[in-house]
Amino acid sequence: MSITPSSHQQYLTFILAGEEYAVGVMSVQEIRPWHAVTVLPNAPAWMLGVLDLRGVVVPVMDLRRRFDLEPAQIGPSTVVIVLRVQSDGAARTVGLVVDAISEVYDIDAADCRSLPDIGGGAGAQLVQGLAQADGKTLILIDPVRLASPQTH
Amino acid sequence: MTLDLTQFHDTFFEESFEALGSMEAALLKLTAGEADAELINTIFRVAHSIKGGSATFGFTEVAAFTHTLETLLDQLRSGQRQVQSPIVDALLRSVDVLREMLSATQHKRPADAAAAATLHAELQGIMQQAPAQAKAPTVDTAPPAAAVATEGIAGWRVRLVPGQKMMAHGNDPLRMIRELAALGSLTTRVDAAKVPTLKDLDPEVCALCWDMELHAGCDRAAVENIFEWAMGECTLGIDALAGTGTVAGAATPAPAAAAPLAPAVPAAPAAPAAAAASPAGVPGAPRPPPSAERSTVPAGEGGSIRVSIEKIDELLNSVGELVITQSVCSQLAASLEGRRADDLRNALVQFERHMRALQESVMRVRMLPIASIFNRFPRMIRDLGQRLGKKLELRMSGEHTELDKTVLEKIGDPLVHLVRNSVDHGIELPEARRAAGKDEQGTISLHAYHKGGNVIVEVSDDGAGLNRDRILSKARERGLVGADEELSEDKILNLIFAPGFSTAEVVSDVSGRGVGMDVVRRNINEIGGHVQLYSTPGKGSTVRIRLPLTLAILDGQLARVGQEIYIVPIVSIVETIQIKREQINSLAGKAELLRLRDEYIPIVRIYELFGTQADHTELVNGLLMIVEADGKRVGLFVDELLSQQQVVIKSLESNFRQVTALAGATMLGDGRVALILDIPGVIARYMEQPARASREAA
Repeated sequence: MSITPSSHQQYLTFILAGEEYAVGVMSVQEIRPWHAVTVLPNAPAWMLGVLDLRGVVVPVMDLRRRFDLEPAQIGPSTVVIVLRVQSDGAARTVGLVVDAISEVYDIDAADCRSLPDIGGGAGAQLVQGLAQADGKTLILIDPVRLASPQTH
Repeated sequence: MTLDLTQFHDTFFEESFEALGSMEAALLKLTAGEADAELINTIFRVAHSIKGGSATFGFTEVAAFTHTLETLLDQLRSGQRQVQSPIVDALLRSVDVLREMLSATQHKRPADAAAAATLHAELQGIMQQAPAQAKAPTVDTAPPAAAVATEGIAGWRVRLVPGQKMMAHGNDPLRMIRELAALGSLTTRVDAAKVPTLKDLDPEVCALCWDMELHAGCDRAAVENIFEWAMGECTLGIDALAGTGTVAGAATPAPAAAAPLAPAVPAAPAAPAAAAASPAGVPGAPRPPPSAERSTVPAGEGGSIRVSIEKIDELLNSVGELVITQSVCSQLAASLEGRRADDLRNALVQFERHMRALQESVMRVRMLPIASIFNRFPRMIRDLGQRLGKKLELRMSGEHTELDKTVLEKIGDPLVHLVRNSVDHGIELPEARRAAGKDEQGTISLHAYHKGGNVIVEVSDDGAGLNRDRILSKARERGLVGADEELSEDKILNLIFAPGFSTAEVVSDVSGRGVGMDVVRRNINEIGGHVQLYSTPGKGSTVRIRLPLTLAILDGQLARVGQEIYIVPIVSIVETIQIKREQINSLAGKAELLRLRDEYIPIVRIYELFGTQADHTELVNGLLMIVEADGKRVGLFVDELLSQQQVVIKSLESNFRQVTALAGATMLGDGRVALILDIPGVIARYMEQPARASREAA
């Protein structure tokens, strides 16, 4: 999996089970405090339900479960990151429940590494690569794949 | 400097299909032997505009075909040829051929060239037959006649000064010049005096002018025809070139109507040559002056505009959200206290009223009259009648009843099916009808009307009606009904909607129907409609379809299960009851059945089906909502019934995917999302569930 971000891009980082993940700010529509959702029947366990975002029904997923981690414990810092991405010519909006928001970093393309082959498990297909910032390793997630119906 | 014309293709096709519809309608009204001038003009206009459009866009086959069509129509229009039924038939078939050609062009697939060629030849054959009427000294666009008529005129001097907008409207001067050159030998001179400097040049405005001399034996109308589309957008001068032959008109009596021809050319500068041509009288009497007559073609009907569906849907969506926001405001205001709060509440009541009005008018934008569907039936009935040897009359009423565009699109095929069934199996042959003491001519009726927030569409015939005995025996044969099972009259009729019933062979040609009636019912149910069948032996049958006005809004019953609120479409609800212990039957500890009157109804526990929590697990504590879909009934076990309200349907698919048993979601007044149940889906899911774990309650 190769990564070709433009030389300089901003990333929003968030915490998930102690790890720091990052997603390109251009895909982030907004960040909302956690609010109970309407449970969808017959949906995967990581699909918590749907919420009303100004008249649009937005599915909300538990990113921890998507990565086969312990289910999220709702706490005071729990937020929903609302992503808006273009996939297959249509805009899709999804919400991610994460433990906490961390920082916004400028990351140079040169600092990004593609993910070493670690097998397909644990949502590896949703990870775009790894990056170094501020002496930490960030896990870059792929918002398009996350929102795509093919990976649901 | 070519304008990209492809952007206009969609409009051209859309308008052409519409125009063909009106041509077809006009043709059907045209009775043999009677040349109704207005009807023929309508038909002519359609052929003419399709010809013009297709020539502009380079669809040469369509243009060639319509040209022949137009020539024939012109003969009818001028009275040279009588309207006879073979001609009307050929014209009707050419509507089909044109439709096919256009849709082939639109979808960029090869057209059925053979059919077009055959008909083309047939039309030409008709034109070669001697007109029924005595030959009047007339002019035809066909070259031999034209040569006679324009004797004495060496040709035409044409000056073309394109206007500002001419190119923007798709009129390419080069195309016109090329067409002009096709008429004879053409010499052109370009006048580039008005071309501005490069700095001020607008590439989409043609600043060139042309002076052309056409040496050809054609008449003035032929020249005007070329520029017809650009009339009013350019300044055009057409003057006759002094001829070398004898005085024109000597060979033919100069008709009185010739004089108005000259003023009919708009913007023609009074040039000396015009004076020379006019007294001679260009013989064209039986043809009305083309430009004068065609200027009466209305540009738009009733002042309407074309708007893309997406824009309307966006508008509809925004209004839907406004409705939700408004109900959020109302709920907030309800909890306020004090004098000012009363004022606010009053204002909000007003707000709500305006909101409803706005929502209704936006909905109405998407509504179209059902006439767009009904219009295809006169033709169909005519063709079917001819083919089956039946005498038929079609009665329609309520064509102006409006329905949501999406609903309209979905009912077209089912209606065609029902009408075809009525003609094919319902109406008897003339002899049989006479024997039964009925009028030889069978009647098919189509009625559309409003009833209680729904639109009802009825298809009825005065044919033989359904033969219940045959239906029952067929159903027994197919194993749909047990050998000694007794059924009520109603249930027997409903058997024809059963999926297994309608296979290749039909009950009989005389009395049964049932080709794909299950498909009809499924399609109607899919859009939230309902089909009912009534039939009286010997008197005929009626199929009544109840349709929702729109698909964007649904009448829903709110039901609570634990923390969640679900919306059940009201059309699916049969009744809601409180369960008594003695009504419950358990089947081998797996399924639970409710005995209601003489029926056993499976009980679906929503919380089990959806894996959520409910307040009540004891059946006697909750409520059972009996719902029906595809002829199957189940009882939905819920905790509580809340209000009934209209809800705006939001798709789950756009951001997630389709979810079984859910038709979508909607926002409630408190900002929560409520899920809308898809009753057929709920039933299907209940049926496919693996054996439910035995319940201690059993």
